Amino acid sequence: MAQPRRNWGKWITSGPPLVYLLVFFAVPTLIMVLASFRTPGEFGGLAPLRNEDGSLDLTLESYVRFATEPLYWQIFLKSFWYAIATTLACLVLAYPLAMLIARSDRRYRDLLLLLVILPFWSNFLIRVYAWMIILGPNAAFARVVNGVLGAFGIEPVSLLFSAFAVLVCLVYVHLPFMVLPLYANLEKHDSTLLDAAQDLGANAWQRFWRITFPLSLPGVYAGAALVFIPAFGIFAIPDILGGPNDSLIGNVIKQQFLETRDWPFGSVLSIVLTVLALLIAGFAAWVGKRGVARLAAGDA
Amino acid sequence: MASGGPRRRGRYLLWAAALFAYAFLYLPLVIVVVYSFNDSRLNAEWVGFTLDWYRKLASNNEMLLAAGNSLLIAAVASLVATVLGTMAGIAMHRYKLRVLPILVLTPIAIPEILMGVALLIFFVLINFTLGLVSVALAHIAFCIGFVAIVVRSRLAGMDDSLVEAARDLGATPWQAFTHVTLPLIMPGVIAGALMAFTLSIDDFVITFFTAGAGTVTLPLQIYSMIKIAVTPEVNAVSTLLMLLTLLLIVIASKVSPSLLRGAESPEEKR
Repeated sequence: MAQPRRNWGKWITSGPPLVYLLVFFAVPTLIMVLASFRTPGEFGGLAPLRNEDGSLDLTLESYVRFATEPLYWQIFLKSFWYAIATTLACLVLAYPLAMLIARSDRRYRDLLLLLVILPFWSNFLIRVYAWMIILGPNAAFARVVNGVLGAFGIEPVSLLFSAFAVLVCLVYVHLPFMVLPLYANLEKHDSTLLDAAQDLGANAWQRFWRITFPLSLPGVYAGAALVFIPAFGIFAIPDILGGPNDSLIGNVIKQQFLETRDWPFGSVLSIVLTVLALLIAGFAAWVGKRGVARLAAGDA
Repeated sequence: MASGGPRRRGRYLLWAAALFAYAFLYLPLVIVVVYSFNDSRLNAEWVGFTLDWYRKLASNNEMLLAAGNSLLIAAVASLVATVLGTMAGIAMHRYKLRVLPILVLTPIAIPEILMGVALLIFFVLINFTLGLVSVALAHIAFCIGFVAIVVRSRLAGMDDSLVEAARDLGATPWQAFTHVTLPLIMPGVIAGALMAFTLSIDDFVITFFTAGAGTVTLPLQIYSMIKIAVTPEVNAVSTLLMLLTLLLIVIASKVSPSLLRGAESPEEKR
């Protein structure tokens, strides 16, 4: 092992990306953490770092405000429920799809998988916009729904600009994130396990709940984390498809930065959002691992 | 797999559920495309075929400017991100590093909005004018990780002894890189570049925060249009954008067939 050469190569290859990400990711993030301890400036942004008496402008004000105003907790809670609902709906839709792909002939697998990923690569806003058309008041879908409601004597409802629109689109946009990890897991399953279970008299339902599903838990949790994190911080979907009551935490953050221009408070909300998202996803991963360990220990 | 009756019934159920999911994935996009050829202002009923919306688009200067900006940013951002991301991918494959993998992977793992607002504060505080350059700098930052992941997974499937052999035969590290490593990882590099290009041209959230008031990109332009009204012109531009993306994916899958399975898979995110 020629050590000096190796180290030289190490710095040449890792140096430039390291510096770039330090400057344009790590430093901005740290500045934002610092900004959360400052006071907002008179005209938005931040107040000068030095107060008039020369002391540093550092305060917990924005954190106190966050802790004492229940409104923001409620919005976080609402965002949490939207994200959980999205995750569960994605799971229900994605599972059969992933299972089908994993169990289909090897020749078709790549194609079937590609078909799941393709829509994901089309522009995000286009996918949101598509639902504006589908759920619009003149579209066939809305007329059918309102026709059915009308038959029961219920007033017509607006599907667009509603919680329903937001949730459908959240599921739509995040579905591939659930299918991919599920597929990656299901594909590795040993099909002889199912044959053995069948020989021992297990019916289809039992084979699924006692073998396939428990074994797929790591995939389920990975998919849940991949769906939950972006869904929790989303702002464009409620912004475009939601009504006035569908503002989620992402919308409030956007508002703090671009309209109210209270950067410190906006920073506090962004930090809380990120910490919560990572904690919840980490918790899911941890539960998943434990579940798998228990299965491995023969507790099934 | 060829076992009898009950399993087959389960399979039909599975197909039905999966077909529903596929329909759910594709119907919205098909509707966008179909209505882009519809001779009616309302996206409601099929009236007749027309190319008017595309003609209108071609004479919409704002839209053309936005498209030009998007292409320029995507070209620059994907080029720089590909170079830096390839370096990062190689470094992460060859050396035990602590900081770099964290810096490369966290931008992918955290909510996008965090990076958007952090960069907004950063650029404003250092008095950096928000515009095309700040957007490109931001795009590079989030694209590096995706390129690095693709390149690293390519390297993982490669035989390291080839580089050793080249070195034993007297190649300098640079020669070993240009003659052995680079040609072998090239499909990964190209796939990563195409991915970065697509991510950049599609990005809405981070662009929204870092573009400032005067700069438009395609997603920003689409956003402001659909906030005002739904018009088939948006359908037309969406259709063209989808075609572009599709073209890039076809190219990517030709150079690196594994990309379509590997790139976004969380296995590699771990």
